[in-house]
Amino acid sequence: MAVKNYILVCGGTACESAGGGDIYKSLLSEAEAQGVAEDVQIVKTGCFGFCEKGPIVKVLPEQAFYVEVKPEDSKEIIAETIVKGRIIDRLQYKSDQGAKGEAFDIENIEFYQKQYRIVLRNCGLIDPEKIDEYIARDGYAALEKCLFEMKPEGIIDELKIAGLRGRGGAGFPTWMKWNFTKQVQDEQKYVVCNADEGDPGAYMDRSTLEGDPHSVLEAMTIAAYCVGANKGAIYIRAEYPLAIERLETAMKQAREYGLLGDDILGSGFNFDLEVRLGAGAFVCGEETALLASIEGNRGMPTPKPPFPAVKGMFQKPTVINNVETFANIPVIINKGGEWFSKIGTEKSKGTKVFALTGKIKNSGLVEVPMGTTLREIVFDVGGGIPSGKKFKAAQTGGPSGGVITEKDLDTPIDFDNLIAIGSMMGSGGLIVMDEDDCIVDVTKFYLDFSVEESCGKCAPCRIGTKKLYEYLDKITKGKGEMEDLEKMKDIGSAMKKASLCGLGQTAPNPILSTIENFYEEYREHIEDGKCRAGKCKDLVHYEIIADKCIGCTVCARKCPVNCISGERKKPHVIDQDKCIKCGACYEGCKFDAITVS
Amino acid sequence: MPVETKELKMSEGLLSFITEWKKKPGNLIMILHRVQGEFGYIPKGIAEELGKMLDVPLAKIYGVITFYHFFKLEKPGKHTISVCMGTACYLKGGQDLVGELEQLLGVGCGGTTDDGQFTLEAVRCIGCCGLAPVLTVGQEVFGKLTTDKLPEIIAKFK
Repeated sequence: MAVKNYILVCGGTACESAGGGDIYKSLLSEAEAQGVAEDVQIVKTGCFGFCEKGPIVKVLPEQAFYVEVKPEDSKEIIAETIVKGRIIDRLQYKSDQGAKGEAFDIENIEFYQKQYRIVLRNCGLIDPEKIDEYIARDGYAALEKCLFEMKPEGIIDELKIAGLRGRGGAGFPTWMKWNFTKQVQDEQKYVVCNADEGDPGAYMDRSTLEGDPHSVLEAMTIAAYCVGANKGAIYIRAEYPLAIERLETAMKQAREYGLLGDDILGSGFNFDLEVRLGAGAFVCGEETALLASIEGNRGMPTPKPPFPAVKGMFQKPTVINNVETFANIPVIINKGGEWFSKIGTEKSKGTKVFALTGKIKNSGLVEVPMGTTLREIVFDVGGGIPSGKKFKAAQTGGPSGGVITEKDLDTPIDFDNLIAIGSMMGSGGLIVMDEDDCIVDVTKFYLDFSVEESCGKCAPCRIGTKKLYEYLDKITKGKGEMEDLEKMKDIGSAMKKASLCGLGQTAPNPILSTIENFYEEYREHIEDGKCRAGKCKDLVHYEIIADKCIGCTVCARKCPVNCISGERKKPHVIDQDKCIKCGACYEGCKFDAITVS
Repeated sequence: MPVETKELKMSEGLLSFITEWKKKPGNLIMILHRVQGEFGYIPKGIAEELGKMLDVPLAKIYGVITFYHFFKLEKPGKHTISVCMGTACYLKGGQDLVGELEQLLGVGCGGTTDDGQFTLEAVRCIGCCGLAPVLTVGQEVFGKLTTDKLPEIIAKFK
């Protein structure tokens, strides 16, 4: 009997950890218990992207889009939606503007409307642990086409027409990388996938690998055929256990199907790969450092040239691309470079996946065509800032990028425009800040990260990041001087010129960009001793307004260091010398009798 | 730090893993991962043993262990509480979680409680930014946290 319904349960990390795994199991047992197990296929898919509302369960063809589902809801989902074909109003996603609870096309949710899914084409649609589902959606068709219908030169031409640029951060044209490696004469070449997603606040590579691992395997095999490699490696963070597990399952299945290993699809072409684990070093996202790490050494970068295309893994010519870049390739081969080049802007083709997080209503993974404006991403897709707060800035490129403010919200996002407005694409973290965030404090957070992650090999980065951090620390403690800003700019520009690798060259960006865009806020910290967001504890000052205080003693009882004194029913006083600025009194006061300044 | 009472031994599984990887170039990090998977950290005695087996100086092994955040030289507590310090979590109060946990457990970040039950650490982004702020205890993820939910989480693992 044919299956009538499909239930798709999100199996991305965020949903899994919020109970997605239990929901999947209880749906299976409920379907069994209610005697409909044969009518419905329950699939655990990759990330839907809409992480804010997870765990998510989708039912087709009813177009039910259930959010924040709990395992206890399984019984009702089966009884109502599967058996009776009714949408459960209580669980159905309701948009802020749309009509409540009505059945609607999932594509019409604002979150998905401006999205265009190439990289995430299969995420949330297929079971990532079943190769047949990938194949059913044109999987491995591109590989077949390459092996039997295309010459390596033809593949490179197609990528050139497509205009695909590396999604790891720098945006280097992919066809050039492949072409360099192809042209080097060597018996042994390698293909490496960079899945060392270290940028804090970015998780698109993780979701791609968890939701559609075969797309990366297929692309790596195509790359290997194109450049003449027969071995490869995927370098992935050890912090991503689910992605590692799904990759290994995918590799095993691909081998069984003759899509990986010796004599792929009977073409005589051999290629196999293995998983190599990273161990928590951000610098290993830099390709030469990554290769050092694969070789079992401390992950320190080496000067380029020689580029990995000439001397890469184990000193052999190597193609290195990141996960998102690879995931684009099968689609380009299937639909043609011409098709791909029509999406995006003049110099940045295709789409970009962003991890939209921070102070935003709909956190999640979004894939939009290049050229979409930040305003559209933050306000249309992301739903704007929660709790009626005001947008302050968006940060792209993580510790290597900069901030984008209100005035640049309408810039079409692509590689070059972002650099022009003082930020960068980076791997695709997009963090939204509201008025409660202190720009100096956030910048200090990024520099703290860079200090920790600097490998220490070259002096500009090792000493520069530390000095920059010290200046910022001084400013957040109210001890800064205006000339510190100039000194930071000097150090920053020296680091940009003299550092060995991308980490040091870009580490000053958060500072340079925030001084440029939020000069006034730095000035307030330094000259007025004031932090308008109230984040810099040393600059915060709590005081009790005697007129408003009724002497209820709540604040005195909440204070963890007992620095509030006063008699019952009489105004209280804070001992400023003892105050640790925790804010407990402020939050506890019901009479607005405590001020922060 | 708890005292090691008995001498540590490599299991059969670990030994065969090492034999398998010994042939491959650049095997050190993969083997260290496996060692840590078995012991929870890289014990000194095992590192010395590894050096002999792989013909790698102990200094190099130590260099690699200390370069990467993931590898530990000290035995962690029974449960490791890892607070995410990615940007999204930081903005949404990850630092407050660390502060509160330090109070509750009476250890600093990176420390282990005297009874060997909990190790507290701050970690890099774990990629659940939609659930920020997040912490993990072992494999279990707790998201959208506030400081008042922490005692409950600790109680669950005690």
